[in-house]
Amino acid sequence: MSADPTQVLAFETDCHIFDGCGFPAPGLHSFLFEPLWGDPHSNLYFNKPMLLALLGSLIIVGFFWAAFRKPKMVPGKLQSIAEMGYDFIRRGIVYETIGKREGERYVPFVVSLFFFVWMMNLWSIIPVAQFPVTSIIAYPAVLAGLVYITWVSLTFKRHGFVGAFKNFTGFDKSLGPVAYLAAFIELFSNLLVRPFTHAVRLFANMFAGHTLLLLFTIASWYLLNGIGIAYAGVSFVMVIVMTAFELFIQAVQAYVFVLLTCTFIQGALAKHH
Amino acid sequence: MSQLLTVAAEEMENPLIPPIPELVIGLIAFVIVFGFLAKKLLPNINKVLEERREAIEGGIEKADAAQTEAQSVLEQYKAQLAEARHEAARMRQEAQEQGAVIIQEMRAEGQRQREEIVAAGHAQIEADRKAASSALRQDVGTLATALAGKLVGESLEDHARQSGTVDRFLDELEAKAEAVR
Repeated sequence: MSADPTQVLAFETDCHIFDGCGFPAPGLHSFLFEPLWGDPHSNLYFNKPMLLALLGSLIIVGFFWAAFRKPKMVPGKLQSIAEMGYDFIRRGIVYETIGKREGERYVPFVVSLFFFVWMMNLWSIIPVAQFPVTSIIAYPAVLAGLVYITWVSLTFKRHGFVGAFKNFTGFDKSLGPVAYLAAFIELFSNLLVRPFTHAVRLFANMFAGHTLLLLFTIASWYLLNGIGIAYAGVSFVMVIVMTAFELFIQAVQAYVFVLLTCTFIQGALAKHH
Repeated sequence: MSQLLTVAAEEMENPLIPPIPELVIGLIAFVIVFGFLAKKLLPNINKVLEERREAIEGGIEKADAAQTEAQSVLEQYKAQLAEARHEAARMRQEAQEQGAVIIQEMRAEGQRQREEIVAAGHAQIEADRKAASSALRQDVGTLATALAGKLVGESLEDHARQSGTVDRFLDELEAKAEAVR
């Protein structure tokens, strides 16, 4: 019996090793959800990642609402923690890459991005939810799209039409005939590849992380029979280790996502290189 | 339902093609976060952070001012103290000088009084001596004359008084005594 593509949760199959059934390996099907509401054939449906995305938004807003609604000069615990997070993004990322004067405008956008991405990643290890929303390409794509619109429009606004293309291509006459080739590659790299890699980097990391967690979790369950129990223990230890690792990766990926965002914005503001 | 999911799985063969509804939900979810943070919550906290920064800097400025004032007061005190010390030293010096002058004057006065007393004593002694000497001379003369009269048998008193014999004799005696001395 091979992996059933309709299978959503590993534990739904009461299948163990030596029972004559194959390993129900995780795969693309693990990222598909039966809609909670609506018809998946139409564009009107509502599924678990959507619910998690909206719930995550509410959690972020709720957290910052509780912390910053009536901020005090001498902060309480919650406000201190929220301030630390805010200050980390503002000083540690935005001021560092874009600079204080130019960067101030983009602080709310970048802060929102970071906490949004982080929260969506965190769903991966929150019990019951246990699914990183960012492992569905649509969510990173939306965010990368917003970033793309931001920095491209900023480039045109700052440098004018010709200047913007000089910025995109990094056109440098001193290179001679190579300049045209370099310009073409740069244009391709900056305008087409960049938003794609920006989104896919986050998506693929979360996708792979979730697959790994699934693999070891399913294996822990699947091996729970006869001599396999010993291996199930090892597999379960791996689940714990990978969960801790994912916790780390989730923060790192959120950090990388906003760091790249800031780098793009900074590149748009800079004189063409 | 299972058939339905199979169809969906076939449609989702490529995980890199985003379905429209999820894009929309993703956008809505992000806009919720961005809206609340950008419009209300971050401006809120920025205001407080700014106030706090000003409060801290204001505190530092106040502390600086207080320190400067304390420094100036300290210098003032030091100057006053030095002046007072100087004054005290000057007064002590003056007192010493005055004391020395007074002692000098007292000493001179004492000396003068002593000399006066001594001189007065000398004069007194001299006067007494002279008085005693003249009284003695009188008595010795009288006695000697009386004795001689008894020996001679007649009164020589008037004669002796007239001739100054006694005086002459006594002068001779004195002269001899002087010569012996």
